[in-house]
Amino acid sequence: MSTELHVSAEESASFDRATIEYIQRASATGLYEIRGLGAKRKLPHFDDLLLLGASLSRYPLEGYREKCNTRTVLGTRYATKPVVLDIPITIAGMSFGALSANVKEALGRAATAVGTSTTTGDGGMTSEERNSSKTLVYQCLPSRYGFNPDDVRRADAIEIVIGQGAKPGGGGMLLGQKVNPRVAKMRTLPAGVDQRSASRHPDWTGPDDLAIKIRELREITDWEKPIYVKVGATRVPHDVKLAVHSGADVVVVDGMQGGTAATQLTFIEHVGIPTLAAVRQAADALEELNMTGKVQLIVSGGIRSGADVAKALALGADAVSIGQGVLFSLGCNSSTYVQKGQHIDASADYATLGTRPGFCHHCHTGRCPVGVTTQDAALEQRLEVETGAKRVRNYLKTLAMELTTLARACGKQDVHHMEREDLVALTVEAAAMARVPLAGTEWIPGQSSP
Amino acid sequence: MNAAAAAAPVKEFDLSQSGNLRALNRWLHRELPVECAPRVRVVNPDGAHSIAAGVDGAVEIDVLGHAGYYVAGMNKQARVTVHGNAGTGAAENMMSGLVRIKGFASNSAGASAHGGCLVIEGDASLRCGISLKGGDIVVGGSAGSFTAFMAQAGRILICGDAGEALGDSLYEAVIYVRGKVASLGADARFEPMTESDLAAVRELLAIAGFDHDPASFRRVASARGLYHWNADANQEY
Repeated sequence: MSTELHVSAEESASFDRATIEYIQRASATGLYEIRGLGAKRKLPHFDDLLLLGASLSRYPLEGYREKCNTRTVLGTRYATKPVVLDIPITIAGMSFGALSANVKEALGRAATAVGTSTTTGDGGMTSEERNSSKTLVYQCLPSRYGFNPDDVRRADAIEIVIGQGAKPGGGGMLLGQKVNPRVAKMRTLPAGVDQRSASRHPDWTGPDDLAIKIRELREITDWEKPIYVKVGATRVPHDVKLAVHSGADVVVVDGMQGGTAATQLTFIEHVGIPTLAAVRQAADALEELNMTGKVQLIVSGGIRSGADVAKALALGADAVSIGQGVLFSLGCNSSTYVQKGQHIDASADYATLGTRPGFCHHCHTGRCPVGVTTQDAALEQRLEVETGAKRVRNYLKTLAMELTTLARACGKQDVHHMEREDLVALTVEAAAMARVPLAGTEWIPGQSSP
Repeated sequence: MNAAAAAAPVKEFDLSQSGNLRALNRWLHRELPVECAPRVRVVNPDGAHSIAAGVDGAVEIDVLGHAGYYVAGMNKQARVTVHGNAGTGAAENMMSGLVRIKGFASNSAGASAHGGCLVIEGDASLRCGISLKGGDIVVGGSAGSFTAFMAQAGRILICGDAGEALGDSLYEAVIYVRGKVASLGADARFEPMTESDLAAVRELLAIAGFDHDPASFRRVASARGLYHWNADANQEY
């Protein structure tokens, strides 16, 4: 007869170890948790869709010989100088402050090299970013940090940010350790304050006002530059229609997998809807207004691969925008960083933060072990501009190659010809959200009988 | 207006004519002479929005009537006078220059202004000077609720009364108020007037052309209690 004591391993589904840890942490500190990056919970995503390649009923293009167009034009509704890109994959708005100046320059160089745009963030436009970016989208945020007419005129497009996927309804946040003297000066704040941006714009309230605000920006730019309106994905049909009625040239819809430099955990994981659900609702809203092709749709939030891009385009997006993907491309969550061609181990720095490569979301601390999300003078040197630019360029090139490979396989000479008929869903949830048939059936939940 | 300015040639835009708002702004952006610019008269504004928005030049602009939203928005250098009332966001994000509203100003006057001076001879509505980033605002009458909300830098002088939540979540901007204050916002507090405060009030009154005793104003500034996270103040931010 065994003398070993029986140890219960029955873990509560409601109060599992992570939940217990959360409660005990809250009890110890009296503060909610703040972290970076996006939602980590499992969500319906583009992985839950599959593309239907060509066969007898569809004719494929030769993968290595026939051209597949990726040219993308944004802002054709009112702007006299629309944004023309070589690929439908753009770099999302991320602030100088959240990211170092080196990173912003690297992103600009990479975007320029592949013929796409990059975007400023909640901290104004840096000279490094402007000078390195052929096409730069300038964000107009509720905080208006660093916002000024000279940079409005230097920009290639203006993006009015209503919200972002990681925190729809919430303002930006930059903790004091990242508000160094340069960041503070650009934002007109005392250095070292825990900066909390406004969640509402200071000079307009509601869509009727927004229409007038957009017209002001058009007047200031002599109607040349496209005006984007970015919303965090929540009530997508209403928000997209209101943005269109307000006069947007381009609507950007950011799903809940979208990243952040610092936000309350409860916000990241519990507010908004997944990108997969949002893209179809947004595309349908444009269709209902007969605005497909007139107002362009950019989708962001958890876009990772060329397959994600292809599926987003097939569902109705004109382009995608990537934030976290390019951070990982730069080396975020890598075990090493590169200095003069040598890989240097950063494991100890991850350990100091209480994490390890692959799990880090400590952007809010400013102690990024690989020099991406930091304002620390020593740490930011860990990201060499040339190295970072090359990595992001390679990543974006890879995505574009994957995208065209999939488009050709579906028989498309242009990636913008991808269509919903090219898609099926792997799960009932994805079929319902994307409104494409469950694989192997004709069933679209809510639209047809199983 | 000095004698030279009064004698300068005048260029007139009549906004009752279709397309003239765009023509006005385009002329101001692209054809405004760098030197010896003519005075600009805007007639029949009739509440049009974005009058003289985005100007970057030393020019005198008179708007002869009521202006809509965003008059003199993002202004640099220009001296703009509205001979009437102004809608939401007058002189929003102004960088420099002088904007004078002879009547009343609606919501968010001077929002996020980085520089220059906005003078409102009448009352200002809600959120005057919200997110102010360095400009000056002088209100001849009273200012509405949430004046100077999250104002980061600059000065706001209120010759009349202030509404609820004055200076809520202030950073480094300073408010001077002469009349009653319905309530102070989170982290705002009255502070003693110093000699430099009196000099600042005197300077702002002189710019605006108002005649009040600087000693009759009170100073409101940030207690700086919200600059860093504080678990015990969870409803304060």
